[in-house]
Amino acid sequence: MTSAVSFQKASRHFGSVRAVDAVDLEIAPGEFFAMLGPSGSGKTTCLRLIAGFEQPTSGSISIFGERAEGVPPYRRNVNTVFQDYALFPHLNVLDNVAYGLMVKGVGKPGRHKAAEEALALVRLPGYGARRPGQLSGGQRQRVALARALVNQPKVLLLDEPLGALDLKLRENMQEELKSLQKALGITFVFVTHDQGEALSMADRVAVFNDGKIMQIGTPEDIYQRPKTRFVADFVGSSNVLPPDFVQRYSGQHRWGSLRPESIRVGRAASGEGVSARLVSTNYLGATTKLALDADGLRLHAIVPAGTALPAEGEAVMLTFNREHLHLMDEPA
Amino acid sequence: MTSAALNANPAPAILPGSGGLRGALSDLFWRKPKVLLLLMLLPPVLWLGIVYIGSLFALLAQSFFSIDEFSGLINREFTLKTYGDLLQAANLDIILRTVTMAALVTLASAVIAFPIAYYAARYARGRWKALFYLGIMLPLWSSYLVKIYAWKLILAKEGILTWLLAKLHLLWMLDAWLSLPIVGGNSLSVSFTGTFIVFVYVWLPFMILPVQAALERVPGNLVEASSDLGASPGQTFRNVLFPLALPGIVAGSIFTFSLTLGDYIIPQIIGTSRLFIGQAVYSQQGTAGNIPLAAAFTVVPIVIMGFYLWGAKRMGAFDAL
Repeated sequence: MTSAVSFQKASRHFGSVRAVDAVDLEIAPGEFFAMLGPSGSGKTTCLRLIAGFEQPTSGSISIFGERAEGVPPYRRNVNTVFQDYALFPHLNVLDNVAYGLMVKGVGKPGRHKAAEEALALVRLPGYGARRPGQLSGGQRQRVALARALVNQPKVLLLDEPLGALDLKLRENMQEELKSLQKALGITFVFVTHDQGEALSMADRVAVFNDGKIMQIGTPEDIYQRPKTRFVADFVGSSNVLPPDFVQRYSGQHRWGSLRPESIRVGRAASGEGVSARLVSTNYLGATTKLALDADGLRLHAIVPAGTALPAEGEAVMLTFNREHLHLMDEPA
Repeated sequence: MTSAALNANPAPAILPGSGGLRGALSDLFWRKPKVLLLLMLLPPVLWLGIVYIGSLFALLAQSFFSIDEFSGLINREFTLKTYGDLLQAANLDIILRTVTMAALVTLASAVIAFPIAYYAARYARGRWKALFYLGIMLPLWSSYLVKIYAWKLILAKEGILTWLLAKLHLLWMLDAWLSLPIVGGNSLSVSFTGTFIVFVYVWLPFMILPVQAALERVPGNLVEASSDLGASPGQTFRNVLFPLALPGIVAGSIFTFSLTLGDYIIPQIIGTSRLFIGQAVYSQQGTAGNIPLAAAFTVVPIVIMGFYLWGAKRMGAFDAL
């Protein structure tokens, strides 16, 4: 089957800066794909390459099998939800949503009807007459979504669309976006620096660093079986363990990762384990995050709230299931 | 340990006033900011309100007086006779000529200013931006009269422009243009075309700067969003850039239009002997001694600008401000 989006050794260099460096990528039609990475990792540039705002300096990009190099954004059947929404301040909400149809020459009744439907889809019916300036952040976000969806794009690009929303709204929107994507069947490509968002929403995740893709896989793959220290650390701030430490428990001299929730914390006298000192406890509501020091190795553990804990500064014994110790392929 | 050291700080929680008149005034202005505002605004408001607006109204009031044609004395009784005089064919000619010139100058300034302002707002950075501001402002530093006389030489029959066109074998184009009625003449420096060129040159900075400021406020991602939604560059210009730059263009056109309406020096030095409103005011209040008619003439640009602003507001030119 033809990929919705396909990168072959695609690069985008700005002078000596390699924003995107020889990236290979296949996104399947109808997939909810997340690009995850810290700022400056090249994920947004990748999105802009798909949208057509940037052209690759080398390599090639295809969208549904058609070569996209040199094709301007307005000839791509791809739409973007911008990070700060980029709504037109001089147009009301209805005309904002109808904009794409207007420039394609759809008559006023037709495009206004379609825009009303798109607004209903994002649960903002009847907001057409308002100006973008009169809407809240969450409402603007929905208008931006409706404005993109009304064009029935082959691929919908979302550039950190939830970044400016508060936590509660963000969680609601995550669920809504996901069900919307399932209902419409459009390929969504989603850029985020929030690993929780990427893991909870996406079918597959690509983790970016320094213009390269570190790992592509399902959320479970990425979280449970990180290939590199970077991925282990960035996705869910796993404990990265040096080869000497790992050798003691697995017999192999390789880097390892251990999820904070896999570590059990017990009293110092309770038999076998890693002896450590409890440095600090950090109450997070449902869980408590512990900072531990095991002979100079900094570890984090997450335990359910209400667990009986030793006082800060006391010696503790750490235990974990050896199956949870994940060995990484690459040292980087 | 740390907290003990911090608590040992002997300073009180509330600091004493700095004392004296200055301290008392600072505290007063902080507590009552409106007092400070009043003190700051009073001098300019007095100046504008009494000296400027007051004398303007005194002038306008004179337009309702009339002149005794035999004695040349001013008859200080309310009458609309002077406005009747204003509507004579010769005077209407002057008004029409000035308004047409102002409209053409404004249109040309907008067309020339837009690409320059667009470049400065979107692309120029650092050194190039400094160069842009220098290029726009530098002409404003030299005397207006010097610039106009320089243009008279440039546009003269023996001037550099004619010479250059002759070298390029393009003199026939100039001759063809100058042979046209109304806009033509013996040379550019004694034609309306010359007046037009110099007006555009002199007022152009007043159009570029507001347009540039307006374009600078248009976020770049709106242009991208428009393109993303399928708009060609031309459609993006018509539907996004132009509407959002319109307040700047209107602000600039207020300058170019009103400055052209009132100017009396450029058409006197460059152009034909036919009068513009400014020249009419000048000659009516000077040589002719007809202050009421001069005052009536000055009412014309004010009324025109009033309508212009009203129209611009109705068009929604100020909505995006």
